[in-house]
Amino acid sequence: MSKAPLLQIENLHVRFKSDRTVHAINGLNLHLQEGEMLALLGESGSGKSVTLKTLLRLLPPKRTEIDGTVQVNGTDIMTLSGTRLSAYRGGDVSMVFQEPALALDPVYTIGDQIAETVMRHKSVGRAEARQVALDMLTRVRIPSPERRLKNYPHEMSGGMRQRAMIALALASRPKLLLADEPTTALDATVQIQILLLLRELQREFGMSIIFVTHDIGVAVEISDRVAVMYAGNIVESGSTRDIIKDARHPYTRGLLAANLHGVDRGRRLDTIAGSPPSLETKPDACSFAPRCTEARPQCLRALPPFFAPSPGRQVACNLEEGYSPASHGLTAAPAIAC
Amino acid sequence: MSKTDALSHEADRGGPRQPLILARNLKKHFPVRSGLFNRQTATVHAVDDLSFEVRKGETLGIVGESGCGKSTTARLLIGLMELDDGSIIFDGDILGSDISLKDMRRSVQMVFQDSYASLNPRLTISDTIAFGPKVQGLSDPKDRARHLMARVGLDPNRFAHRYPHELSGGQRQRVNIARALAMSPRLVILDEAVSALDKSVEAQVLNLLTDLRVEFGLTYIFISHDLNVVRYISDRVLVMYLGEVVEIGPVDAIYAKQAHPYTASLFAAMPSMDPDNRTQEPPLAGDPPNPIDPPPGCRFHTRCRFAEHVCRDKRPALAAFGDDPDHLAACHLRDPSSGHSLAGKEIAA
Repeated sequence: MSKAPLLQIENLHVRFKSDRTVHAINGLNLHLQEGEMLALLGESGSGKSVTLKTLLRLLPPKRTEIDGTVQVNGTDIMTLSGTRLSAYRGGDVSMVFQEPALALDPVYTIGDQIAETVMRHKSVGRAEARQVALDMLTRVRIPSPERRLKNYPHEMSGGMRQRAMIALALASRPKLLLADEPTTALDATVQIQILLLLRELQREFGMSIIFVTHDIGVAVEISDRVAVMYAGNIVESGSTRDIIKDARHPYTRGLLAANLHGVDRGRRLDTIAGSPPSLETKPDACSFAPRCTEARPQCLRALPPFFAPSPGRQVACNLEEGYSPASHGLTAAPAIAC
Repeated sequence: MSKTDALSHEADRGGPRQPLILARNLKKHFPVRSGLFNRQTATVHAVDDLSFEVRKGETLGIVGESGCGKSTTARLLIGLMELDDGSIIFDGDILGSDISLKDMRRSVQMVFQDSYASLNPRLTISDTIAFGPKVQGLSDPKDRARHLMARVGLDPNRFAHRYPHELSGGQRQRVNIARALAMSPRLVILDEAVSALDKSVEAQVLNLLTDLRVEFGLTYIFISHDLNVVRYISDRVLVMYLGEVVEIGPVDAIYAKQAHPYTASLFAAMPSMDPDNRTQEPPLAGDPPNPIDPPPGCRFHTRCRFAEHVCRDKRPALAAFGDDPDHLAACHLRDPSSGHSLAGKEIAA
């Protein structure tokens, strides 16, 4: 480890309390280095979006119980409040949402919205902020940016709005960009444009990105590293290449098979039987064991530890027990191969 | 196997060679009204002069981007929208004169994308499935419902009395499939029926659809934006762009070599699934144009890198271009007499 990681999540638990309790995140550990592109891959309800919202402190405080530590750039973000929290949100860390039409304010022009963010975070005047807004629209490759500054969100197409959303999120030069399925609502030919744009911008600005997606193909296109989530925890992580070519966890293997890439026509699909757990009780054994064809007795007795089959890999599965345990045992963060 | 089943369907009239559905020059335009007097100010060309056939026992995949008219086509076929022009011929019977909409609807059923919105929240699962047979006066609707629930993998003893909100997305979509089958249809239109499901559940439903097709002798129209899924399930694929067919043909032929530049771009936009060989250039710039006042000539010419004058002036006809009479494309590049400078030449589309 050469440098302290930009983001350090240790043993994070998130519970939602209302009529019933939902254990959304259960002991999540995650490290992210500066300049790293991580894809959080998982199905609905696996806790991908909750992780991102925890990072921005967007979860409703009255109904949410959060344990564990989250450090961004050395600051424990759970201690932030008031002006420091406002400066953190959109300053150090900002977010791109799935539906830009809902995330942008319909009554202000794109230019006004970007300029307001810049004035807030960089304490500059209106004229200078407008200049930054124009520069940002150019950087996200919006054609005729001067004209687009004066556009309202409804005057733009879906792909254009998502570009504007990215310009807004990057206007204050955050160190970490959180992207919550930013291309899911877009058409295929537009999706690939946005993915390539994010890749270019990442190189240009040198920020880190956590990209949440349910589409393994999108994860391959964008990320250096993939963390697969299931039932509120990471079950496997490693370099994108390792995950695609040598998936270890039975859930990851099932997800890859279900992508149908290169599957013969008419051949029966290998499916993962059943559906994900409801998470009303805290998992005390492998959450995937009831659906796993290779489950052993010990899988149902206790949480599986993390094993490290190769450098930079972590797999929470008893099938890997021939390998050495990952560096910190059960609470290990996925190791990082820089 | 599935083919013989579909062809020996008891309701079959025209024999195996007669298409189950023949759609001729379908047209649907929507007026856009605005202003003080609510005058029509523009027209959405949702579907324009669309002709295709659905053969007995096959699965026809329809692909295209949002706004290209996929769902409008499905709604026209099942009579949820009225045609502005054109005709639909169902197994030799012209819809509206030889066969009534009500009679055809018994034979054509649809499964929608939003599994929750397409179920009545106040009906139990078994009432939902039995509703259609009851209305059409079929015998033993309740027994039929229980049998179908078991067939789509929902235990009737556990699920019959539940309501839609008590089910997961995958289970609800199984209910929708059972409801479609309750009428013993010959054609089932699946409009993005698996798109909203998680990948692991999607694979289960695809296996189910494959089994049901064989067992009930069904013909499918499978609308989707996921090219991997379409390739897996379809026999033939129809590619739409701004309300028109740009290419249609056998799935293996189209997936091996795309004849229309738009089809080629769609395929190039698929994620590569290879971390060492990621996509470097987006195949198309910009968003799909608005179907309000689409471009003249070939509608794709505004985004096509091979576009020439002829593409703007003349609308290309959908025609066979090679050895395979089943593989058609609407592109001047594929017509040696079109006047396009690259016409008939081998190009990497």
